Amino acid sequence: MIRGIFTGLWTTLRSMFTRPITIQYPEEKRPVRTRFRGRHVLKRYDNGLEKCIGCSLCAAACPADAIFVEAAENTDEKRFSPGERYASTYEINMLRCIYCGFCEDACPTEAIVLGDNYELSFTDRNQSIYNKEMLIEPVPAGGKPTPQVTPAGVFTRSVPEMKDPAD
Amino acid sequence: MDFGTILEWIIKALIIVLSLTAGFAYTTLYERKVLARMQVRVGPNRAGPGGLLQPIADAVKLIFKEELIPADADKLVFIVAPVITVIPALVITAVVPWGGTVNLFGRQVVLQLTDVPVGVLWILSVTSISVYGITLAGWSSNNKYAMLGGLRSTAQMISYELALGLAYVGPILIAGSMSMRDIVEAQQKLPFFILQPVAFLVYLIATLAEINRAPFDMPEAEQELTAGYHTEYSSMKFALFFMAEYIKMVAVSMIGATLFFGGYLGPDLSFIPVIGPAINPWMGPVWLFLKTLIWMFLIIWLRATLPRIRYDRLMALGWKVMFPVALASVIVTATVVLLVGG
Repeated sequence: MIRGIFTGLWTTLRSMFTRPITIQYPEEKRPVRTRFRGRHVLKRYDNGLEKCIGCSLCAAACPADAIFVEAAENTDEKRFSPGERYASTYEINMLRCIYCGFCEDACPTEAIVLGDNYELSFTDRNQSIYNKEMLIEPVPAGGKPTPQVTPAGVFTRSVPEMKDPAD
Repeated sequence: MDFGTILEWIIKALIIVLSLTAGFAYTTLYERKVLARMQVRVGPNRAGPGGLLQPIADAVKLIFKEELIPADADKLVFIVAPVITVIPALVITAVVPWGGTVNLFGRQVVLQLTDVPVGVLWILSVTSISVYGITLAGWSSNNKYAMLGGLRSTAQMISYELALGLAYVGPILIAGSMSMRDIVEAQQKLPFFILQPVAFLVYLIATLAEINRAPFDMPEAEQELTAGYHTEYSSMKFALFFMAEYIKMVAVSMIGATLFFGGYLGPDLSFIPVIGPAINPWMGPVWLFLKTLIWMFLIIWLRATLPRIRYDRLMALGWKVMFPVALASVIVTATVVLLVGG
């Protein structure tokens, strides 16, 4: 028993002189894993059009019923996304969301992706509802912001044509 | 007794009380820092440079917390209990000398509040009082966890008090006096932890039990008793218990340093030009402070290492090991002192 006590004391004393493993969080952040499921991001195509077509499959797949989608009609003068419809309202309640990623799987256009932001904190329940403006990613370089004026008969397909999957 | 003497006493008493309360605050930080480093963490470092303002932040937080008194609590006892716990902790160190005699404004000032001829007895009796506070707190809370914590504390302190008392006897026998100053002066040649290793160990273990520190923190065993005797306490009343615990830790370290490490005695530094013979008497408090820090480090180190002892083992250790060992140490010391002659 006495020997055990001294072994323990030696261990604690030795660990006192090792480098602390603490990560000073707000200043220093650990990168997340590649498959990390954080806050959702609504993606755009390279030309700036939104990938989301307002189909509500994500809302149907959501086990926590956290997603609310309302669709509206696209026109060539006011086009948000390819195809007939786009999401005029897209809201996720982050307090209900369980970050399962089913919405990601259900999405036919890969519009919703769980990103790597995990710093979700609210001072009010209303703040937990993220709307489309908060979720959508910025327009990529070379793209135009939505709504766009597009030539007729080009963006008729809502879901992009399937090629050999690269990843 | 002239006015100057009274003023001197008041100032010295104020210094003791203030340095103990400030010491309490920074002991918490010291403990948290050392524990963190032993667990390969960095510890509090947000409030102020290196976390130096953390105790102040804690104090402000505790002051603003809601003060709760349980509906069925015995109100008077509930309020008085933390006071009974903290006052003895504050007055224990009155008899501990912090240095020799210094010349201050033409007065010969002894660096000690009062040199009671029975200083060691004073320490023993005052430490015993604070157990009442803990027991009363446990009983008045009207909570089974608090009650169990209070009862455990009583049993534990009574068991370890005997060994603790006997641990004091060794240094007393060698010094031939109960005055703390005489005991320090008797260590000019050899500190007593060399002459009295058994008493030193018994003192170390018994005081850990006496101040409810790990591995003997039975009265507040979080896993079994939530927080033990202070389960129902909040805000400043809780802070008072906390304060008592840490001040007792400081006091026990100071007394231990005085009894076994030679207290304020240290190497003569008057040859160093900066210090010189004028400043040298003032080094007493510095040596005592350093020795206290080392002793407290020992206590924290033990807390970081050892798990809590089971309650029956604790009692068995107290009665079947500590007490006989302390008794044997006293008998051997007494015989040797009688034969060799002090």
